[in-house]
Amino acid sequence: MNLFNTIVIGLKEIWSHKFRSVLTMLGIILGVASLVGMAAIVKGMENGMKEAMVAMGGVDKVLLRVQPVPAWQDHLADQAPGRTMDDVQALRKSAPLIRLVSPEMGIEDVTVSRAGKSFRPEYCSGVWKEILDMNLHTLAHGRFFNEIDEEEARSVCVIGTGIRDELFGKPEDVGHEIIPIGEEIQINGQPFTIIGMFTKYMSEQDAKEAALKAREGPQKQVGPKRQKGWGRKGGWAFWSKNNTIYIPLYTAWVKFRAVGDLNGVPDPRLTDINLKVASLDQLEPALQQARNVLLVTHHGIEDFTFQTQENQLENINKQIQNARLSGGIIAAISLLVGGIGIMNIMLASINERIRAIGICKAIGATPAAIFIQILVESLVVSLIGALLGVFASYGFVEGLQLVTPSANTPIITPMAMIIGVAFSAAVGVIAGLIPALKAARLDPIQALRYE
Amino acid sequence: MALLELRNVSKIYHLGGEEIRALDDVTLDIDAGEFCSIIGPSGSGKSTLMHILGCLDSPSLGTIKLDGVEIQKASTGELAHIRNRKIGFVFQFFNLLPKLNVVQNVELPMIYSGVSGKERRERALRALEMVELGNRLKNRPSQLSGGQQQRVAIARALVNDPKIIFADEPTGNLDTHTGEIILELFRNLSREGRTVMLVTHNPEIAAVTPRRIEIRNGKIADKVDTRLAGLDRKSAVVPAH
Repeated sequence: MNLFNTIVIGLKEIWSHKFRSVLTMLGIILGVASLVGMAAIVKGMENGMKEAMVAMGGVDKVLLRVQPVPAWQDHLADQAPGRTMDDVQALRKSAPLIRLVSPEMGIEDVTVSRAGKSFRPEYCSGVWKEILDMNLHTLAHGRFFNEIDEEEARSVCVIGTGIRDELFGKPEDVGHEIIPIGEEIQINGQPFTIIGMFTKYMSEQDAKEAALKAREGPQKQVGPKRQKGWGRKGGWAFWSKNNTIYIPLYTAWVKFRAVGDLNGVPDPRLTDINLKVASLDQLEPALQQARNVLLVTHHGIEDFTFQTQENQLENINKQIQNARLSGGIIAAISLLVGGIGIMNIMLASINERIRAIGICKAIGATPAAIFIQILVESLVVSLIGALLGVFASYGFVEGLQLVTPSANTPIITPMAMIIGVAFSAAVGVIAGLIPALKAARLDPIQALRYE
Repeated sequence: MALLELRNVSKIYHLGGEEIRALDDVTLDIDAGEFCSIIGPSGSGKSTLMHILGCLDSPSLGTIKLDGVEIQKASTGELAHIRNRKIGFVFQFFNLLPKLNVVQNVELPMIYSGVSGKERRERALRALEMVELGNRLKNRPSQLSGGQQQRVAIARALVNDPKIIFADEPTGNLDTHTGEIILELFRNLSREGRTVMLVTHNPEIAAVTPRRIEIRNGKIADKVDTRLAGLDRKSAVVPAH
């Protein structure tokens, strides 16, 4: 009794009950499709998150965060200085392992307007030119601030394409690039001149789609114009990066901070200080160095902490793991249900074939041969189901993308396929065990008498 | 030495605390080349005897030797091997597999004994030639008449060249004429020197065999051996005195 014959007989048995076999396989097909599809979606999510992380400044970026003073320093809480320019200068002078220090003075509740159009950008900050390196910005048109702009607190700004889209219109709508260099806009009522504009940041998928659209030419607008939120197209990271206005740090201080405070003492605190370390291998010593420097400028009050992108990466990995686990459990359950379906059908099929099994036994089939025969049949059903499931997963992923377009293209991984097929093979064997045992134990005499 | 030796064989069933002796202390020898029938009314224990002789079942008590090997203690797997190689079965209801065609049905025992594909086909064809069905190889059992189906079953029983062939009411499901043809086939097999056991309730059919064993209530009630009476043309054994 060789294996090849057994498989051929198993295939014949499946072929002679086509409809029933397909119904049986359906459980496995759906199980494998959902497993592979789920893994593809999670993989897409992971890629999207990592892409977004790079868009926010890369792995070597370290955020200097404020934190409540520790309990043992509670009595000093009032004297906590927060992040100021003192910290920036001290870090620049005394922390050689820190390559880049970029201060940001954010302006709250900003409205930008031009020619009757007004709009609230995501970010409006006073910055140094270090911000370019820090947040990995690329200037597409015009120039960035220089020392003289900073020194004289000139009213100049560099904008992201999102700001341009809102105030000057989208190039996609008019069919040519709009470069508003030299134009004047109002930031909270104060006139600023645009001297530079960044490139349009987008995820790989959006870039591909944009290229496709450009090749097809301008589309005719049908129906009313609709607003597209960031949730639908492009990740939040790219959207906020595009909706940014930068002005010189000193300008932010002079025009907004110094005049803004009610009791006459302007708030010197920065909203952000971001660091980049000289080398990722030296991350720990660099942070220690920065901590020492900052403890001096903060008079020993520990009202700050560092958030590295490594933590961020860890967070991403944790989220991905969770998503993978929950998706895996769902897929495993549906595979289990598929397995129960196979067992059910195998039991029914054996009941139908009791007489045939009796004949085989009478002419010399050993219990082991019958056992293997049934097991192989069950395995063949589950494996065919698994293969169909792998194909179905492509359709599943495509369909899912149609229903819920997301920034993160699902990526079907070979690993998920292998796991799916292996898992359903195991399910097939386990589901076949009980029916196979039952068939192998049939008494030939009673089986032959069975009507 | 006899081909099959039964010594004090009993088969006991327990039904709701009641002990039923389907076979009661049967001692019996069957020699190689014998053409023999087991006869008895239904419920007499003749089927049980055939199952034990045919290694489909094991006795509760007593010993059974097939071809010099004691088999009363054999496992179900070992019994399957013995059935496969040493025993051929022909049943009342033919018992062909409906999904396989004629050749495949005949090949089946050889699949279980691990004969290679080419040899399997050759031997199946030879066996089918012998029962004059060489022209119906690709037919399904349902496309054949009862007599033809029974001939396929006989070919299947012969294909592994067994020591002994059991036929359980082989004509029970056939008309008289076709039954005659099938019985003639068994007679021919016997003439070729094969050991054939015919199980039947019909004395007329049993009459074709030189030796008849009658079973009643699980015991051998009567043994008729035409050879001993000097009635058999071929192998009469004349008593010494």
